[in-house]
Amino acid sequence: MILHPAALALMLIALLVSGMGIYAGYYGMRILRYWNPACGSEQQLELERRTYLISTIMSYILSFELISLFLFIYTADDLHTLFTGAMCAAGTLAVNSFGYPTLLIKIINFLLAGIWLILNYTDNRGYDYPLIRVKYILLTLIVPLLVLESGLLCAYFAELKPDIITSCCGSLFSHESGGFSGDLASLPYRQTRIVFFICMAITVCSGLVFYVALTNRIRALTGLFSAQKVQQKFSDILKCGGGYLFSIAAAVTFLVACASVVSFICLYFYELPTHHCPFCILQKEYHYVGYLLYATIFGGAVAGIGAGVLQPFRKTGSLVRIIPDIQRRLVLITLVCYLLFTLITVWKMIFSALKLA
Amino acid sequence: MNQALERHLNILDFTLASLLRRRAKNLSLLAIYLLVVFMLASLAFFVTALKKEATIILSGAPDMIVQRLMAGRQDLVPADYAVEIAKIRGVTAVRPRLWGYYYDALNGANYTIMASEDPAVVPGSATIGAGVAKARNLAVGDLLPLISYDKSPVMLEINSIYPHGADLAAADLIVISPDDFHQLFNFPGGQATDLAVTVRNPKEMSTVAAKIAGTFPDSRPILKSEIQRTYQSIFDWRGGMTLILLTSALISFIIFAWDKATGLSADERKEIGILKSIGWETSDVLLLKFWEGLVISLTAFLLGVVLAYGHVFLLSAPLFAQALKGWSVIYPRFQLVPVVDAYQLSVLFFLTVVPYTTATIIPCWRAATIDPDAAMRY
Amino acid sequence: MIELSGITKSFNSGKPNQFTAVDNVTLTVHPHQITIFKGPSGSGKTSLLTMIGCMARPTSGRIFLRGVAAARPFQQEGLEVVEITSLPERFLNEIRRSTFGFIFQQFNLVKGITVLENVMLPAYPTGEARALFRARALSLLEQFSISRLAGQRVELLSGGELQRVAIARSLINNPSIVIADEPTAHLDSKLSQEFMAIAGRLKGEGKSVLIASHDPIVYDSPLIDSLVEMRDGAIVDIRSCR
Repeated sequence: MILHPAALALMLIALLVSGMGIYAGYYGMRILRYWNPACGSEQQLELERRTYLISTIMSYILSFELISLFLFIYTADDLHTLFTGAMCAAGTLAVNSFGYPTLLIKIINFLLAGIWLILNYTDNRGYDYPLIRVKYILLTLIVPLLVLESGLLCAYFAELKPDIITSCCGSLFSHESGGFSGDLASLPYRQTRIVFFICMAITVCSGLVFYVALTNRIRALTGLFSAQKVQQKFSDILKCGGGYLFSIAAAVTFLVACASVVSFICLYFYELPTHHCPFCILQKEYHYVGYLLYATIFGGAVAGIGAGVLQPFRKTGSLVRIIPDIQRRLVLITLVCYLLFTLITVWKMIFSALKLA
Repeated sequence: MNQALERHLNILDFTLASLLRRRAKNLSLLAIYLLVVFMLASLAFFVTALKKEATIILSGAPDMIVQRLMAGRQDLVPADYAVEIAKIRGVTAVRPRLWGYYYDALNGANYTIMASEDPAVVPGSATIGAGVAKARNLAVGDLLPLISYDKSPVMLEINSIYPHGADLAAADLIVISPDDFHQLFNFPGGQATDLAVTVRNPKEMSTVAAKIAGTFPDSRPILKSEIQRTYQSIFDWRGGMTLILLTSALISFIIFAWDKATGLSADERKEIGILKSIGWETSDVLLLKFWEGLVISLTAFLLGVVLAYGHVFLLSAPLFAQALKGWSVIYPRFQLVPVVDAYQLSVLFFLTVVPYTTATIIPCWRAATIDPDAAMRY
Repeated sequence: MIELSGITKSFNSGKPNQFTAVDNVTLTVHPHQITIFKGPSGSGKTSLLTMIGCMARPTSGRIFLRGVAAARPFQQEGLEVVEITSLPERFLNEIRRSTFGFIFQQFNLVKGITVLENVMLPAYPTGEARALFRARALSLLEQFSISRLAGQRVELLSGGELQRVAIARSLINNPSIVIADEPTAHLDSKLSQEFMAIAGRLKGEGKSVLIASHDPIVYDSPLIDSLVEMRDGAIVDIRSCR
């Protein structure tokens, strides 16, 4: 057990988040069970009111998840002095077997909460509650993950014993060490680099194609009046239009980009051919550039995956007009974020003192 | 986009107006909020400043110290240990150190007395820390009388006073010549309090330490990194303990916030009813409440942090000093070096604003879902 | 045109204290007219108006708005008829905000803020630029000759002034239908007459005015077009006064 103020703060947040999650999940289940918009009964009115509460709670959960994700990494970083052998967050997280799973599930929860809010935003724009079921089914899936996260987090801090000798980024993210992190580091940087740029290129191209398709669709829709007419006459413009391709590309690129950070991008920042740590770039010595890198890649991934999640509902009732508009904005966010990420990477590859052959 | 911004601005405008209208209620909430932030921020600043201070002290400390143990207690180290250790490969220098504590009956304080090989410290003179100078009201050129082991006085002339800065280390320090040291404490010759060992390559530190322990089974090598770690965890632990003590305050604050948010006055209830009846939607009222909470939180947070800064770095934390420093009965007053970083502030933010916000979500929502036709039924 | 078909509103349904405020009402309200809902208190006229005004939803039955300029999503689809009973609250609200203006029995002005701010209040969440609706509010105050009160707090106003502020507020979002619930209950005869004159003026501007009242000055006024008489939640008589 470690009594660091930040650890206490993180545990407090985790408990609050999972508490709120359980509360929201309970009412989410009630909504799934008793929802009937055609009926004006008091129960239905009560449930409709609950939807406001649940959206509010989820937006708070998302923002708490986001800040606590960075706080968690930063705290792990701050605590490294307590562990022999730990030089940064990588070492602190490896002190016990709960560190990396906590980080992983925090990332997953952040992505899921972001997607939920995109669904919620879309649903609120439609006048016939088009996504209510999807939304609350997703919610009931997120809640156990939130609880799992706080369990792992508390276990992690409870099991932290300051006299443990741990291995740190040097040994953890190096070619010799086994395990997942070692595998990431031992990815041949030349090939990874190629894969990274190919993925980025595919995402950006499919994003542009999709963006143009969406713009055309919106233009075609504004001329038409009723939703039925839209569906009769323009069933062709409602075709996929590369939405799924773009979304999958964005998701794959997210994973590839994360692997690339470990495999080669960070090398350029550290200007050391063997230092593969994904956390040190968050430190002051590197001008906190890690925050920008991670913010862009996470932001882009949430928006990109969100655009794909909306794709199956583009023909649903009142959403015919709403979804293309939202998707277009999401695509734009993804493109801007990913391009910024690529730009920083390329800039550093050119100006870094380290040259990888 | 512009429309959304206008909506926020309009509602924020109304929020500020209504906060001012209900001054009495909001001020009491703000006062308690402020107090909680102030306490926690003072604590955080203080602990961080102490850690920083400790780091400064240790930065000048030797890489490794070798002590000798006798019957489980620290004992003097014979000088020939130093010669043997210097022969170990990788060791660049071994310096025997002479130091000890001196109890000053005059004001009940403990001073650290250290012997220095520095030629500036000639026998009969001393360099003292600012804390000692203050406690004994001394200036350069004054005489400092110390009582030796046999109660005979030793008069030392102050040749200089350590400036403020790394105050925690130097405040209680008196540096004298080795001759005076031997005389003052009747310290046996050919012995040292401990040995300071310098090692060329930091990576060999633990190997060297193992070799020393092997050569002299009664010796105890202590690495600087180990001391550093101990300091860190002691301060964190103390900070954490105090935090847990403050948890009760935090919890009562949350209950208070909940109560404030739930206990809408009839007036407020009516006002929200009116807003809803004239076309404000639930999410508009939620936004109103969100801004309200944010304004109160930020005001309390910023004011609390600024006050805590003053408390810790200008007034030297009178509320915590005794509990947290805790290594001297009356420690000479010293000024902490201001250290504030974004990390600390975000931890503070998490400990105060997040619980407050969470406590108010449901009451706010309840207030926001008052029936719009309620206003018609009065 | 507003069409109501089989509107029922009950409270505490399923519990022993169940109470039906409006019972199976079918009715058509014509545009550009003054329609009076007459009846003793508890006859369900206020409940009926809250449902027409998108403030509350009926327990059963349907309400259609026909040819009424309604909220954005519906305009976009170019729908002539909007069925409002199954809409989510935020859409009902958007329709309410853009289509209806409300005048309440107690005026329901917010204390502690100025007359001008009170009049602007319904426009705050619409996202319209402040300068625009501020100008509109000032011109409304001008129209009701209370410009001089703009900077005053509402606590200090007389009954007649309060009423005008309340009317000005109901018109800030430029509604096509104005709903008034017992507007003359707290006014003397002179002010009640004045209120009816203003109602007539609104009708002249092309607005529909719906008034619930049991005040003879209101329901005997020569300005009204139709009279709906209610008792125990049901309509007992519908009369055209033209």
